Amino acid sequence: MPLLEQDVEVVNKFGLHARPAMTLVQQAGQFASKIEIIKDDLTVDAKSIMSVMRLAATKGTVLSLRAEGADASDAIGALVELIASGFGELDQA
Amino acid sequence: MKQNRGIGVSPGITIAEVVVLGGEEYDVPHQEIAPEAVRDEQDRLTAAIKKSQKEIFDLQESTAGKIGVEAARIFDFHVGLLLDKLLLNRFCSTIDQERIAAECAVAKVLGEYAKEFHDMPTYLAERVKDVYDIEERLLRNLSGREPQTLSDLGRDVIVVAHDMTPSQTAMADRRHIRGIAIDAGGATSHTAIVAKALGIPAIVGLENITASAASGDMAILDGNNGLLILNPDEDALAKYKTIARQQSDFVHSLDSLCRLPAITRDGHEIELFGNIEFPEEVATVLTKGGGGVGLYRTEFLYLGRDTAPSEDDQYEAYCHVIRECNSKPVVIRTLDLGADKYTQERARNPERNPFLGCRSIRYCLQNLPMFRQQLRAILRASVEGDVRILFPLITNLTELRQAKMIVRDVCEDLEDEGIDHNPDLSIGIMVEVPSVALQADAFAREVDFFSIGTNDLTQYTLAVDRVNERVAPLFTPSHPAVLRLIREVIRTGQQHNIPVSLCGEMAGSPMYTLILLGLGLRRFSCAPPMIPEIKKMIRSVTIQQAMEVARQVSRFDTDAEISNYLRATARKIMPEVFGG
Repeated sequence: MPLLEQDVEVVNKFGLHARPAMTLVQQAGQFASKIEIIKDDLTVDAKSIMSVMRLAATKGTVLSLRAEGADASDAIGALVELIASGFGELDQA
Repeated sequence: MKQNRGIGVSPGITIAEVVVLGGEEYDVPHQEIAPEAVRDEQDRLTAAIKKSQKEIFDLQESTAGKIGVEAARIFDFHVGLLLDKLLLNRFCSTIDQERIAAECAVAKVLGEYAKEFHDMPTYLAERVKDVYDIEERLLRNLSGREPQTLSDLGRDVIVVAHDMTPSQTAMADRRHIRGIAIDAGGATSHTAIVAKALGIPAIVGLENITASAASGDMAILDGNNGLLILNPDEDALAKYKTIARQQSDFVHSLDSLCRLPAITRDGHEIELFGNIEFPEEVATVLTKGGGGVGLYRTEFLYLGRDTAPSEDDQYEAYCHVIRECNSKPVVIRTLDLGADKYTQERARNPERNPFLGCRSIRYCLQNLPMFRQQLRAILRASVEGDVRILFPLITNLTELRQAKMIVRDVCEDLEDEGIDHNPDLSIGIMVEVPSVALQADAFAREVDFFSIGTNDLTQYTLAVDRVNERVAPLFTPSHPAVLRLIREVIRTGQQHNIPVSLCGEMAGSPMYTLILLGLGLRRFSCAPPMIPEIKKMIRSVTIQQAMEVARQVSRFDTDAEISNYLRATARKIMPEVFGG
């Protein structure tokens, strides 16, 4: 089972507020792999909205994504892309 | 003290406690359970989560239909929480490990999350509200209770809500609602019309009042100026108590008019009727000095219940109104369901343009058993007094002929069954679509009377959704095109010698009394609480004066000029109504 880990910075102005967090959770749910997000010493399940909200990840926060499973590589790729692209919210004031 | 401005849609001042709809609180006593009950508690919780999911999906769907898909996305997070497996597991393991009831587990787990969210940056901490919302919903569903309704208030309150559904207003304990303040809506939304009809001061279009107000807050609601003051200070309270007293003095001064006829200073007698929705409003029409019921909206029997009313339910309601009117006319409008009322909530595929969709007479003609049942109830009740039938939203002659044929058909059935009815009762149509106003002469030959519905006529002439707050300023019957249509309909009625009444909000606004008289209108039907003011206006002017106003108005090209002119003219005659 591949286990992958990659860091990504939160770039959108309001960070992981409800809407991007939901998008992230929904995306994570598409993959079979176990996916975790780590911020400092807090590790949470990326498929649980309540857990992702607990990260309180604001703009500039660096998160580590860790995926373990057959589609781990695809999962990491998609989620890193989603976060790094600012959830399509970059243009918003 | 916090002032919030919206659109005042029903006049009057209220000082009372606030009840925010959707803001319930539950006490959760600590309750331990036996080890063998763990399974049951977990099942109970799973069922409550399922029910909550369904409620939110329904809420999301109706929000999408009413306000838009974007607005409905605010519920995504709620849905996400209820689908969160980790959260569900935490609930279940808490029940198991701590041996506590499902309610306690929900409160404990969500309480911990809420605390964590509280310490986050503001915009993330906002989510605490959603967590509380989910908690409330789960606890309510665990308790088996239905969502909070306004059916049993027990004390005077100002209702604050995002919007009130027609079913909520239909079921509400109307004696105790002293004010209504809502986020959504324009001046002729259903809530606004109901509030005005019931004489409850109301403000709509407050946008976000549900977020700033909390149940238990004191508030001043100024329906004249569209102002809601939360937790007012002493000065504001004193000021508004004085204004409220002056207004009630003015209203009492109008009481003396109730027994007097609605007659102009130069001796023209005007018919002044009341619009009603609920049977109990007849009493107000009569005590306020109305000459009958000019518009009886019959939808209320269909709202606020899960099953359709029976023929007898309808018959009983109509008889109540007719008997109480004691041979004064009662114009019963057949079901005007659809658009903002009833059908959309039930539709599998909500219509994209419900106001242009299958509503009103169209809905009736497609649901014949329901339509025939109502007509049977009306015809049976017709022997109790002066009953007239009014068809809403007619757009072409074929519809009218179809509807009249069904009336004849129902009459024959009653005849065959030997059931008493009046086969010759008057049949009229609402003129509320430009096509009918423009073709009024053809319709005049086939009906006994016209009733101009200015709310829809304005909406359809100006292409302005009357419940959309974003275009609310564009909605005005002062538009020259609307006035021209009204003038033509009245003139056509005169030529064909059939009565023309006007039953929109315009009829109950003293600002428009003069122009309508000047255009030749002799029959007004308005919200019962407005009858005295309109009567005073009628009794203060001459037809000569009114015709001069109509001539002056015809020289203006914009609604703004017309509104300003009409307001200024009316203010000179009755300064009390326009805030001195």
